[in-house]
Amino acid sequence: MRYAAAELALVLRLFRADLGHQTKRVVLTVLAIGWGTLSIVLLLSFGEGLKQSLAKGSRGLGESIAIVWPGATTKAWMGLPSGRPIPIKEEDPALIRSRVPEIELLSVEYAKQAPIAVGTRIINTRLRGVDPEFGEMRNIHPQLGGRFLNARDVAEKRRVVFLGEELARDLFGTEDVVGKTLQINQSVFLVVGVAQKKMQMGMYNGPDRNQPSIPWSTFKSMYTDAKMENLVYRPVSLDLADMAKAQLYRVMGAKYHFDPEDTRALGIWDTREMQRINDNVGLGIQIFLGIIGGLTLFVGGMGVANIMFAVVKERTREIGVKMALGAKQRQVMLPFMLEALLMTVLGGIAGTTVSLGLIALIAALPLKGEALEFIGHPTFSPAIAAATAMVLGTIGGLAGFFPARHASSVNPAVSLRYE
Amino acid sequence: MMIQMVGIRKVYSTGRVEVDALKGIDLEIDRNEFVAVVGPSGSGKSTLMNLLGCLDTPTSGVYRLSGESVGSLDRNRLAEIRNRHVGFVFQNFNLLPYASALENVELPLLFGGVPAKERRERAKAMLAKVDLADRMDHKPTELSGGQMQRVAVARALVNRPTMILADEPTGNLDTAAGKGIVGLFQELHAGGQTVVMITHDMALARIASRIVQIRDGEIVDGQAAAA
Repeated sequence: MRYAAAELALVLRLFRADLGHQTKRVVLTVLAIGWGTLSIVLLLSFGEGLKQSLAKGSRGLGESIAIVWPGATTKAWMGLPSGRPIPIKEEDPALIRSRVPEIELLSVEYAKQAPIAVGTRIINTRLRGVDPEFGEMRNIHPQLGGRFLNARDVAEKRRVVFLGEELARDLFGTEDVVGKTLQINQSVFLVVGVAQKKMQMGMYNGPDRNQPSIPWSTFKSMYTDAKMENLVYRPVSLDLADMAKAQLYRVMGAKYHFDPEDTRALGIWDTREMQRINDNVGLGIQIFLGIIGGLTLFVGGMGVANIMFAVVKERTREIGVKMALGAKQRQVMLPFMLEALLMTVLGGIAGTTVSLGLIALIAALPLKGEALEFIGHPTFSPAIAAATAMVLGTIGGLAGFFPARHASSVNPAVSLRYE
Repeated sequence: MMIQMVGIRKVYSTGRVEVDALKGIDLEIDRNEFVAVVGPSGSGKSTLMNLLGCLDTPTSGVYRLSGESVGSLDRNRLAEIRNRHVGFVFQNFNLLPYASALENVELPLLFGGVPAKERRERAKAMLAKVDLADRMDHKPTELSGGQMQRVAVARALVNRPTMILADEPTGNLDTAAGKGIVGLFQELHAGGQTVVMITHDMALARIASRIVQIRDGEIVDGQAAAA
């Protein structure tokens, strides 16, 4: 280490000397490393942005929630045949709430195509009747000045409605509509809130931005024959998700007489699966982009190795002198490795600086459109910095190692006579 | 005996041709001798110098340096031997062009793992000894030929080697500077330093206390230490 510290000063001077009479070659090599670094940092950052967009998009449906819908048995059970439809009835939510403690939040979801009217403008859309918990679970958040449905709305069967933001705009021409009224099925409803814009990749029965929500009790009083379409629930924690699902099958199986193992009796869409796939897809894309960037950087590394081989050849005589004075193999190698690393680090710093500038520039651009929402947000992170530094270090080290090993293997007696 | 060579042979293989550079050398050099090795070019004196300086290993034979057999050591062990026992002075000085006189003299100590402070002090003292105390921070290009060779001598001496091994040390110097270097060697010899000088110049060789003549890979005169 002492040797390394003493050599560093000499290496810096050597580097300056090389820069002096090989300016173009050194500058081009540093540029090549800079370019490689630029591509790896930018590609990884775009990958990171895409990954985060995917994660955000999959959270648009709700985080770690599950959606339950009526199904039919596929196994005979206790003397009953298979193929029997299993409903979800009005009293079931209460049963589940009391018997499945692993479930934290639960909401029913009734739904029906219904005409929504403001003045003479009428839009037919999917009207849903839900519990107040629905909003939180499904990441439907009100814009400022409004609210989602609450417990009193349900208890008093109020005629209040919460609108998806696009529906609000289509009906009123603006999203600022809290306090205004509209008609659903010829009844007057008060708008209590409008949803914030969100990215939603996963959905059943269409995106939230086009749908109005009313209290399920109000819904039932308007459409007395309505059947429950879904239950939506969220487990207390991710660890309890599997237990919650199993317990739900047991409770409902006991009530409706089906095998708790018969998972078709009630359909359950566990969105954790979708989130996991999205996370993996994001990671996969990022690794792929990282490899492309790494290969570009590798080409730069070849440039460094190339120039270092030339430098070793040029300094053959000097290597011989050092050996005559008693330099051991690693003492001969070290300066070359340091010099290669120095070039790599300089290129790396240059490349990273430019990439950070570009990322800031892209962030400042007003980008619109669905595709750009996914790829238009390159994001730099400490992990990217670490990965880049690691790749740079490895390439710099290798680019220095082979020429240096070549240098340390020369015959001192021969190299002293080298002209 | 400080330096002892018995039956040293060196064969170079260049493709299909084998060249016998040294054909069985027996040589002894005692402590505090000043030996000149002379011979025409192609006689094998450069090969002998490489072997004496542990820059190369013999094809066969025994070489003992300070009692240690150094004929077949690995590269790193040979580097250590050179560092401790041999101080090289070359015809073309072989200073590092980008390093100052002081840094050049420090190099053997750097490779020997001497701490920075001691390194600096010893190098300074050695430069003072060759009358270059006022040129320590000069680069080789800022020095005259004679001064460069004195830096090289200081570098050779700084690690207190068993022997100074000089290869045509005055070959690239004018007469006056050459005389200065020769005088320096005589001074060192008088102070107890063993010096081995390789040259083709008979006049220069005469200042040594013993002349070893080599021809066609064989020593023809002066192979035993003067008793």
